[in-house]
Amino acid sequence: MTTKNFFKTPSSQTFLIIVLLLLIAPLFLSVFRINLLGKFIAYAILAIGIDLIWGYTGILSLGHGVFFGLGAYAMGMYLKMEAAHGKLPDFMSWSGLENLPTVWAPFSNPLSLALIVLVPALLAFIIGYLTFRNRIRGVYFSILSQALSLIFVVFFIGQQAYTGGTNGLTGFRTMFGMPLATDNTKYILYYAAIFLLVLVYLYCHFLVKHRLGKILVAIRDGENRVRFSGYDPAVYKIFVYVSSAVIAGIAGAIFVPQVGIISPAEMGIIPSIEMVIWVAIGGRGTLIGAVIGAILVNGLKSGISESFPEVWSYFLGLTFVIVVIFMPEGLVGLVKKYASKITCPIKKRKATEKASSVN
Amino acid sequence: MKINFFSKMKKSATITMTALFVSSALLSGCGNSQVSQSSDTGTDSKDAIKVGILHSLSGTMAISEVSVKDAEMMAIDEINAKGGVLGKKIEPVTEDGASDPAVFAEKAKKLLQQDKVATIFGCWTSASRKAVLPVVESNNGLLWYPVQYEGMESSPNIFYTGAAPNQQIVPAVDWLLKNKGKKFFLIGSDYVFPRTANKIIKAELQAEGGQVVGEEYTPMGHTDYSTIINKIKEEKPDVVFNTLNGDSNVAFFKQLKDAGITEKDLITCSVSIAEEEVRGIGAENMAGQLVSWNYYQTTDTPENKDFVTNYKARYGQDRVTDDPIEAAYDAVYLWAAAVEKAGSTDVDKVKEAAKDLEFKAPEGTVKIEGENQHLWKKVRIGEVQPDGMIKEVWSTPDPIRPDPFLKTYDWAKGLAN
Repeated sequence: MTTKNFFKTPSSQTFLIIVLLLLIAPLFLSVFRINLLGKFIAYAILAIGIDLIWGYTGILSLGHGVFFGLGAYAMGMYLKMEAAHGKLPDFMSWSGLENLPTVWAPFSNPLSLALIVLVPALLAFIIGYLTFRNRIRGVYFSILSQALSLIFVVFFIGQQAYTGGTNGLTGFRTMFGMPLATDNTKYILYYAAIFLLVLVYLYCHFLVKHRLGKILVAIRDGENRVRFSGYDPAVYKIFVYVSSAVIAGIAGAIFVPQVGIISPAEMGIIPSIEMVIWVAIGGRGTLIGAVIGAILVNGLKSGISESFPEVWSYFLGLTFVIVVIFMPEGLVGLVKKYASKITCPIKKRKATEKASSVN
Repeated sequence: MKINFFSKMKKSATITMTALFVSSALLSGCGNSQVSQSSDTGTDSKDAIKVGILHSLSGTMAISEVSVKDAEMMAIDEINAKGGVLGKKIEPVTEDGASDPAVFAEKAKKLLQQDKVATIFGCWTSASRKAVLPVVESNNGLLWYPVQYEGMESSPNIFYTGAAPNQQIVPAVDWLLKNKGKKFFLIGSDYVFPRTANKIIKAELQAEGGQVVGEEYTPMGHTDYSTIINKIKEEKPDVVFNTLNGDSNVAFFKQLKDAGITEKDLITCSVSIAEEEVRGIGAENMAGQLVSWNYYQTTDTPENKDFVTNYKARYGQDRVTDDPIEAAYDAVYLWAAAVEKAGSTDVDKVKEAAKDLEFKAPEGTVKIEGENQHLWKKVRIGEVQPDGMIKEVWSTPDPIRPDPFLKTYDWAKGLAN
């Protein structure tokens, strides 16, 4: 797939329009809204990663909050060390620690930010290797991923002296010396989030449009057939699972400085399921659906909860039910259906034209 | 070729249209409150002063926080009925923290930056307070926090109207040592408050000749206590100091009773169980057990009689008042008094005016300690009654000075920096 072709697919065109709108959004929205939109972009990055494994490869992970959390904690630990100015971070002293634990020591160095991708990648590799090699899949994998999420939440809460417990990590002041509270920094972080979104989208786009993408879809639709054709599905699944975990880690890292907190509540089972819902609503198996779903659902969530703080969750629940019943393919599926109704006759003609030219 | 071009045009036009529709719907959703925002210029608009109410109205914490929100709304209405503050009505802007710290941070930002509220009344869990803290500090806003907590904090932008550890846990341990025995068993939910509270208790027991015979934590929402109850039976402590939270208490006290252990065999002292929680646990399951707070519905002051009557009249005769509810009610009055005294809602001026401010609260007179923005409070040990009310069995004669970092206790040296 060349760059020229990239602009030809409707989903990529839509993505370009969304990015364009996001780029000019600061002209219309207040700093607070931009900050909020920045958070949604972090979620959109995460959703692309989930779509990659669920929509394309058929691996339903209900514990992706873990990878998001690990990336976020790595960023949070770095920011916390910066805020502590060489002293012991505040929560450690009230949890009874006197010296900086060894796991925290590297985080005074910006190079430690590499851990944002390395830790999720390593964990995903270990989990992926053990499960996919042993042909654990389908609902068993989903249950396993939930257990993973539960284990991490309990572990992070229990290790209060090292992780801040339920409170999580908060009270960040600066990032690379820039005060986080200023409008300027918020704009920089917002554009950084857009940049990462584009990067991750391009990576996944080229991944799924290449031969590899075809194998992923084949694994989704008939893993045994793929195996009998001489491919080892485990290798592909591990690779795509690690990719997805790294993307989640990146999303977590850009989430933290914008939101100002990471706590075990963000990596639990419920947020992990919510992440899958974004993809379902947007339309799985289409990268653009994940982006639209994440931004739209979270935008609605914020908007409705501000207008109806007491009953907003019912509205949102109802929306989910309606989408699941009437739009099983998500928003993108709905649009595709209508679009094909309009362009169907022309498309057919085009297809025959193309076929004849190939032959 | 022509057809090809046309189809492409049409297709991309459809896509563009939908994309525009979706994103415009999104942006309009985002900008929704922005339109209304442009009309108010700040905290001192013509006829109303906006204040934020930020509690969990959904999620696991809603059950506790809704009644606290109710108390704040009642105080606001009472003040408004008497003419408001600085001659203006108080206008509450309610937001749902949804039991999620990150949502608390987002909504606090929204209240301060979009709505430009003069102050926020809100939070319950330490996690939510810790999430809001950097937001109020960086925006120079105000938060009034109504719940007892683990201490070790004193933000210049937060007023703490619940108890610091030295106004609840420390005197309770002291009283139990003198009256109930030296062997303590510590049980708590696995989160920051119980863990920090138990660190404090262990240091205190060590200094005052007590002994810890067991320390157990269970995850939030845990409901099987048979193993822990067996351990308690084996160790035979004089006191079980209980920092369990939420549903776990129901299971713990029921299973304790089922195991044939009553208050006659073993006394428990809880610091997260007030009248509201007793209703959920069932008074029959924990009658005779001890709790430690600063206020009970039965507290005998003229202010409390009115407070309880009004609260029940407003929200129903079956509702109860308790410590956090009362502390939240006090917070609104204290803020209003500080604003009156300062003649402005400016945060720095309000903070200055709040120093040493007194209020005749339902729990008795409370005073803001200027140094750490906590309240001077009386400590009360209470016994749960069969009717679900709590009877005071002991109290300090005077309000205790708040000491969130336990600086005045020699044994607490290593606990805070």
